[in-house]
Amino acid sequence: MNTAVLDKSSKTAASANALLQVDDLHVHFATSRGTVRAVEGLSFHVNPGEVVAIVGESGSGKSVSALSIMRLLPRLTAKIPHGRVMFNGRNLLDLPDEKMREIRGRDISMIFQEPMTSLNPILTIGLQIMEPLTIHMGMNEQQARARACELLTLVGITDPERRLEQYPHQFSGGMRQRVMIAIGLACNPKLVIADEPTTALDVTIQAQILELMKDLSRKLNIALIVITHNLGVVARYADRVIVMYAARMVEENVAENVFHKPRHPYSMGLLRSVPRLDRPRGSKLETIEGLPPNAAAFPPGCRFAPRCPYKIDICEQEPPLFPTDTGGLSRCHRHEEIAAGKIAWAASDSKSSGEMVASTEALLSVTNLTKHFSVHGGLRGESGIVRAVENVSFDIRPGETLGLVGESGCGKTTVGRLILRLENPTGGEIRFEGENLADATASEMKAIRRKIQVIFQDPYSSLNPRMTVGQIIGEPLHVYNLVPGRKEGEARVSQLLEQVGLRPEMAARYPHQLSGGQRQRVGIARALAMEPSFIVCDEAVSALDVSIQGQIINLLEDLQRRLGLAYLFIAHDLAVVRHISMRVVVMYFGRVMEIADRDTLYREPLHPYTKVLLDAAPVPDPSIEKGREPRLIEGELPSHLAPPTGCVFNTRCSMAIDECRKVVPKLEEKKPGHFAACIRV
Amino acid sequence: MTLVLPQPTTPGAFSAALGKVGEFTRQQPLGAVSFVIIFVMMFAGIFCELVAPYDPLTIDFAAILAPPSIDHWCGTDAYGRDIFSRLIYGSRTALVIGFTSSFVGSSLGATLGIASAYFGGRIDSWIQRFMDVLLAFPLIVLALVVVAALRSFVVGGVDMNLILAIAIPIIPRVARVVRAAALGVRVMPYVDAARAAGYSNSRIIFRHMAPNVVAPYLIMLTAFIAQAILAEASLSFLGLGVVEPKAAWGLMLSGNAADFYREAPWMILFPGAAISLAVFAFNLFGDALRDYLDPRFKV
Repeated sequence: MNTAVLDKSSKTAASANALLQVDDLHVHFATSRGTVRAVEGLSFHVNPGEVVAIVGESGSGKSVSALSIMRLLPRLTAKIPHGRVMFNGRNLLDLPDEKMREIRGRDISMIFQEPMTSLNPILTIGLQIMEPLTIHMGMNEQQARARACELLTLVGITDPERRLEQYPHQFSGGMRQRVMIAIGLACNPKLVIADEPTTALDVTIQAQILELMKDLSRKLNIALIVITHNLGVVARYADRVIVMYAARMVEENVAENVFHKPRHPYSMGLLRSVPRLDRPRGSKLETIEGLPPNAAAFPPGCRFAPRCPYKIDICEQEPPLFPTDTGGLSRCHRHEEIAAGKIAWAASDSKSSGEMVASTEALLSVTNLTKHFSVHGGLRGESGIVRAVENVSFDIRPGETLGLVGESGCGKTTVGRLILRLENPTGGEIRFEGENLADATASEMKAIRRKIQVIFQDPYSSLNPRMTVGQIIGEPLHVYNLVPGRKEGEARVSQLLEQVGLRPEMAARYPHQLSGGQRQRVGIARALAMEPSFIVCDEAVSALDVSIQGQIINLLEDLQRRLGLAYLFIAHDLAVVRHISMRVVVMYFGRVMEIADRDTLYREPLHPYTKVLLDAAPVPDPSIEKGREPRLIEGELPSHLAPPTGCVFNTRCSMAIDECRKVVPKLEEKKPGHFAACIRV
Repeated sequence: MTLVLPQPTTPGAFSAALGKVGEFTRQQPLGAVSFVIIFVMMFAGIFCELVAPYDPLTIDFAAILAPPSIDHWCGTDAYGRDIFSRLIYGSRTALVIGFTSSFVGSSLGATLGIASAYFGGRIDSWIQRFMDVLLAFPLIVLALVVVAALRSFVVGGVDMNLILAIAIPIIPRVARVVRAAALGVRVMPYVDAARAAGYSNSRIIFRHMAPNVVAPYLIMLTAFIAQAILAEASLSFLGLGVVEPKAAWGLMLSGNAADFYREAPWMILFPGAAISLAVFAFNLFGDALRDYLDPRFKV
């Protein structure tokens, strides 16, 4: 696009034809703990038709900046003491509310993260799309309806006339996000702000939505601001990237340069801490040590300095934004040394981890595990059976990590819950050290429970808010009499805290006083307190920021080596699963599609679903992402109340033939150690 | 930033408790005010004999329906009994019956509510249907039934059947509300984690779930203290609760107070104010306690 070229030449100077120009924006929040400076001195511009990505970890101020452009910040607590937001020659911050409302939804629209909650459940989709048209464009009912149909077709929803009459619950997550995009585009906006538009969606759906948004912005010449923490997403669509850290912009440049020639240590570290599908699997994830600073008390000088491996004396002083050799901006005193290649993150110890386990005997062996839920629903009293898990079989050996991947609703979490006996299986066997858990009584289970532990996804709700960290970790010690007395109990808690990289003083804190990563460490310490031999990790790192995610993955691997633990690692992120697992199980719609060694599976996947899944995952490299035409998977997950006949994947499979609709394929060993459930391979 | 005052360094339970009270006062000033009211009421109730200027039962025909004066701060009633002294003795009755029945009823109700939510399925259905049956009767009617059904038994000068009669109708009302809150807690991963750790059901209910539904419990508890005091008054009025001449706030509002309130408004003014003040104080205190006990409200 020509604007992108133009942009490269006039980097720092505010381009005369910029659509949006943010100057020295500051946002403060008044809280009971004092003023929190959420955004400080942010300046950037967006040209017409350009895609700008704002990247950063939670709390870096990226969403707040977007909300302040829209003037959607909470009135009572948020203050903008300084700054200008020029849009089409007008300062949005000075506009009266009346005028601002005209701009919102018409010239600038916003797409939110959660498609499940950003549509009103009691209004039809049609009404919600037509609303902005009648309000902003002064259309009458018929014109609005015609335009709404046009919009639904534009975002790839078939049969728009009928779908306009439907309610949000009749749409799937991906479809709802399409509707949100249609609403955002309704009034031909010049700028669309998308706040984590695909974070809540599955990989295959994410790929569809990303493709759609990129396509639309190009076709309709709409400028896009995409806020995300997913570097793969950035690589796929952004022309220009802004990296934020602790309320400040630390680097800004065209996407290729940020990914290939980063000029700030934080961007460099961030790129290194993501497990990647396009690179050979490294031994240990590189991480940025430490935690982001507290927004109420930022350190003086460079805010990244406490975590930066290249910190020198000058870093005590506040770095300005320096123009870099690559035509961007960097807030680092040592950007020239970085450019000269004098500074690079040291490669970590190449001690190989995750070696294949030679042991033969399976620690846990799942055979034909099945779980059906009966559902009663609707006023008409429809009822049915949801086959959440159907004939799932796999083994886990001692000290091994088995990855379990699949999209939401594929039954992977249910498998974990069945193994933990938080749900009772409908059929099948779960043998742990020879004992069948599936029909164990409560007292038999109690003896086994100590050896099987769990780490949950959400570090915010997996710890009891009323108990201190010490009580949470110490509880199993007392219940199972693992330590003789109170003194020993406290000592053991300290030891466990140190084992997961926390200071022993943390024992006195309550969970809400900890950051997400610290809570997840407490969750791990709680699991370790029981001295288990097997841990179910249910999306254990997916709620964490990139740099923290790397730390937790390394911790899990480290603990595995030292304590000989076996993991069932349930996740939807293929790159993370590849990094940590030794063998991988792919599930779809309650069934196992493919089981293979990690390297085999990622190198030569057999099942068409695995191939699609691997294709859909965006890779954090703009050259690869922009070059490739992703093989998009069509359609959505089938409904559990009307499951497809034959192979469950036949409705979306490009290789499906008539037979696939009749025969349920068995999981067969297609190559040694490589199982797939497909009749076409 | 809140100012953290240095904690007293002298060891001992008393100074520790004093530190807690100081902390509570700083964080919840309204709660501290209500606590003072409750404390005064409790003090008066416990040490009636020492505090009250007159015997509450002594009839003084020389001072029938006397207006408030230096001798009789709150005036006297139709029998010439000192209303101020009767208020003080009445606070004992109100506290014993109101607080005890509300505490017993709310605690049983909360336990049933949490258990109902935790076990789910058939147990939940049975408990809830039984609660429905209890809820079908108005509070006072159910209390009447219980009083009539139970033989009066008095332990330490307290009518236990009266306490039970008021506590039982409170159970289903609290169980309902607490169950709704507990259903939300039931699906939290930390409860799953406790189950996965193999803890006993009672441990999960009391250690992991109960502290997280303490907010609705405390609100219901304090609200029902007020209800219980009123129920006690109603039962007394019907001749099934506290009987004349024993001093009770509700009783002081009924009876011949109704005949004389035009000539002697102080007969209903002061007991009414006492009930209102007690209810107000308990409600405020409950709110403050809820916030104070929630670690998330602490910096």
